[in-house]
Amino acid sequence: MAVTVKIPSQLRPATGGEGEVEVEGGTVGEALDAVFDQHDGLRERITEDGTLRRFVNVYVSGEDIRFQEGLETELSDGDEVTILPAVAGGL
Amino acid sequence: MAPTALSCKECGEEYPLDAKYFCEACFGPLEVAYESEGADASELKRKIQAGSAGIWRYADFLPFTGRPRDPLEPGLTPLVRAHRLAERLGLGELWVKNDAANPTHSFKDRVVAVAVAKALELGFDTVACASTGNLANAVAAHAAAAGLDSYVFVPANLEEQKLLATGVYGTNLVGVHGNYDDVNRLCTELCEERPWAFVNVNLRPYYAEGSKTLAYETVEQLGWTLPDRVVCPIASGSLFTKIARGFDEWRELGLVEGDLPIFNGAQANGCSPVATAYAEGWDVCKPQRPDTIAKSLAIGNPADGPYALELARRTGGGVDSVSDEEIRAGIRLLAETTGIFTETAGGVTIATLAKLAERGEISPGERVVAYITGEGLKTLDAVREGHHMYEIEPKIESLDAALAAATSA
Repeated sequence: MAVTVKIPSQLRPATGGEGEVEVEGGTVGEALDAVFDQHDGLRERITEDGTLRRFVNVYVSGEDIRFQEGLETELSDGDEVTILPAVAGGL
Repeated sequence: MAPTALSCKECGEEYPLDAKYFCEACFGPLEVAYESEGADASELKRKIQAGSAGIWRYADFLPFTGRPRDPLEPGLTPLVRAHRLAERLGLGELWVKNDAANPTHSFKDRVVAVAVAKALELGFDTVACASTGNLANAVAAHAAAAGLDSYVFVPANLEEQKLLATGVYGTNLVGVHGNYDDVNRLCTELCEERPWAFVNVNLRPYYAEGSKTLAYETVEQLGWTLPDRVVCPIASGSLFTKIARGFDEWRELGLVEGDLPIFNGAQANGCSPVATAYAEGWDVCKPQRPDTIAKSLAIGNPADGPYALELARRTGGGVDSVSDEEIRAGIRLLAETTGIFTETAGGVTIATLAKLAERGEISPGERVVAYITGEGLKTLDAVREGHHMYEIEPKIESLDAALAAATSA
């Protein structure tokens, strides 16, 4: 599946300034792995021991992957995977 | 204390004091770090007591170097001794901190006053927020008072009172089709695209500091002593953890002596990610889709959840959740025993307090403070049932007949 992964601005130095990365992947985990393979230094910022760090939220077309199958969530062609910090909001 | 940096709560990485809210190395939340200037406690105390009648009396403990610009100062809300409520619940010394007595009738005035003052200092001309309602009121009002433009994003299905009490200030009110977590995600994305100060996104490290003033006031109003236990609502967990931070800072500075109080968190069953994680023994929260009348607490994906859990466990407290029916009963119980009319979040707090009392978890000698964070007039639907009105002609006989009919019924 060809999908777009959106990178938060603070991490863009690691992608050479790119805010969106086009990759192939059947699941969220595969798509993220493909991004990490292209861009050094992103993997350890976003994951720890193969799982997402606890303050990272990942959405597929606006839906939190924790309501789906996590990193195993399947992707369709053209899906948008968004990485956002989890620390915003609320009281 | 002087603010020195933004420091990552997860890995300790430090950043300059800018509009920045998460760590580039690990995504952890950033928090304002201070250095203590070695002032002695009695000098600090004198300075506080000579200060303004609101939160800026605590400016030395907030992320500013001077007194911030603020035409709408919140704070110094009443701490009321709740004898009748204590008696009803079988408790000893119970106090209610009524933070509905703020300019826009919720504790959000504290955090927004700090965030807006910081936005002015950092040179922003527009402030914004993702809100469940109370924050919307506060951002719209404080922006109006400061002469800033504002954009307020809320779930479109919010209580009408909260929408009206936001729109009146002349803000750009945006109702989003979705729940708070959707609004929050949108604002996190917008924060990348717009040069706005989102009080609870890119200014969140400063904004959250405002909640510490609830701890400072509690200590001052209790005659420079600490409570033994606090009961406080949890939405994202920021208020809950910042009250503890406020107590800890003053303990470290020698402004107050004693142990950190026991912290009991309160959530609604219909949105209880922190209470669930507490009960299950998890150290992170699994997000939920909220379905509760306590809309101001309806955050299914609580940013400070892990820290709230850690605090409840460390202090020997806990996190409970209560049903919508218990929330309504909590609102009535507080109103009938103290004369304070709170919104649904306060109903959650009082219902949780009642639950703790019923389980015998609070010993009779304990001094307990319950935090009431918002005003009942904002969630009138919650009390639409549960009272009766006598309808009579303007004659004494008519009143007598109506009362007699009610007694015989």
